[in-house]
Amino acid sequence: MSAIDVHSLSKSYGKVRALDGVSFAVEHGELFGLIGPDGAGKTTLFRLLTTLINPDEGSATVDGLDIEKDYLSIRKRVGYMPGRFSLYPDLSVEENLQFFAALFGVTVEESYDLIAPIYKQIEPFRTRRAGKLSGGMKQKLALSCALIHRPSVLFLDEPTTGVDAVSRSEFWDMLADLKERGITILVSTPYMDEAKRCDRIALCNEGRILGIDTPTGIVQGFDKPLYSISAKNMFALLERARREEGVEDCYPFGEKHHLVASAGFDEERFKAALADVEGVEIVSAEPTIEDMFIKLMRR
Amino acid sequence: MSDVVISVRDLTKRFGDFTAVDRISFDVRRGEIFGFLGANGAGKTTAMRMLCGLSYPTSGSGTVAGYDVMLEGEQIKRHIGYMSQRFSLYNNLTVWENIRLFAGIYGLSKKQTEERSAEVLERLNFSSERNTLVGSLPLGWKQKLSFAIATVHRPEVVFLDEPTGGVDPVTRRQFWEMIYEAAEGGTTIFVTTHYMDEAEYCSRVSIMVDGEVRALDTPARLKQQFAAESMDEVFRTLARGAQRGE
Repeated sequence: MSAIDVHSLSKSYGKVRALDGVSFAVEHGELFGLIGPDGAGKTTLFRLLTTLINPDEGSATVDGLDIEKDYLSIRKRVGYMPGRFSLYPDLSVEENLQFFAALFGVTVEESYDLIAPIYKQIEPFRTRRAGKLSGGMKQKLALSCALIHRPSVLFLDEPTTGVDAVSRSEFWDMLADLKERGITILVSTPYMDEAKRCDRIALCNEGRILGIDTPTGIVQGFDKPLYSISAKNMFALLERARREEGVEDCYPFGEKHHLVASAGFDEERFKAALADVEGVEIVSAEPTIEDMFIKLMRR
Repeated sequence: MSDVVISVRDLTKRFGDFTAVDRISFDVRRGEIFGFLGANGAGKTTAMRMLCGLSYPTSGSGTVAGYDVMLEGEQIKRHIGYMSQRFSLYNNLTVWENIRLFAGIYGLSKKQTEERSAEVLERLNFSSERNTLVGSLPLGWKQKLSFAIATVHRPEVVFLDEPTGGVDPVTRRQFWEMIYEAAEGGTTIFVTTHYMDEAEYCSRVSIMVDGEVRALDTPARLKQQFAAESMDEVFRTLARGAQRGE
């Protein structure tokens, strides 16, 4: 039995189909990422799996328990960190932790070894009110509270959104540690570059899953030749490249543009055709998760 | 019109004994895409607020769109454009009502409003959507409209505060192409982002750490200076040295 099993789950809010027949499974001890932009249905999926709302269609189990029938048992076993800070701003750091421990009928001491690597970083501020903490410290407190009852499955909804690149990578290090301790983690993020920190990922968009695989498997599915191109005037290059034969797609990609080619594409002919554009360079490129996401979205 | 749209020297903001922004100095030239980066807590938001005329510096000097940052906050607000991911348009108003509302806020006359909104609708190919509620538009359209509205009064500079947070990779790129185009047309862009690939799209990038501007140059020269492969690496090198958190 998988840690999380989702079958054709659907949920609508009025006319908006937030989640549209989604199926996937997460194995025990896996770090599984839901990668996708706003409106992909990630939060709806979290709210369903943590039993905060019921599905319109489909079914799912968490730790073998049904999200509709066994909702009370599920709540004891899962940890949930919502996208928006939801601790009590008027309670201190330590009071928040004690409060959540009391809710689950445990003590902070019992779980201290599990939360210590994270909690120790904010312990010097344990008497400070949670509302007065910085964003990064709030995030660490929220994660500590979500772990206080030693959950078997941890749900993290966009824990790194709006966080700078360095703090983001520190947060992923903490998740890797928790995974080592056997906790199953389902985490969502809009940042494609974080996908490689997961064991497997599901690319999500507009309520659907576009693809599920390991990060390596996802990029291996990119079956078209990909080039990175540059020139002195990058904007002019973009407009010209798109009009050339054999160019299926061309889009900005950091300091270069990525060019997706079809069978009729020829590098030399491309360069010759763009002879009047100053400084054109074209080299073969390795596809990334983001290239695959764009490809799946265009289909 | 001057070729320098933003020019600040030793701009400082202190809250009690905490120096949020510590003597920052730079110029932004007309038509530039100026990327304003920094770790959480580096002082970016405080600096942006001063540049947008929302808060006065404790000390320093400078001008934004020709107005004094120490004295003329109100004038600055009228002569810049502003767009953020969090607050942009009213979903319960139609496309046309949104344009009219913001044109009014920016003090355009009735005649100007008529002209500019017709122009915006035509340029975006939105004429058929004039009476559509903004809430029902696809995200990509909303973003285009949002940017058009932020520039409806033809500001000398438009401030974009994390304009692409949480946006899908295709729409995010369409948005940047629009920025490129606007900059080619002479609009000055001042933009913040957490996506390091977007830093590469900027003409020049400044990186704030602990209240100071620690690096400022073209992406190519910054990468050279820090012997880095990407802007992501440049950013990490600088932000790791940060002494203060958020």
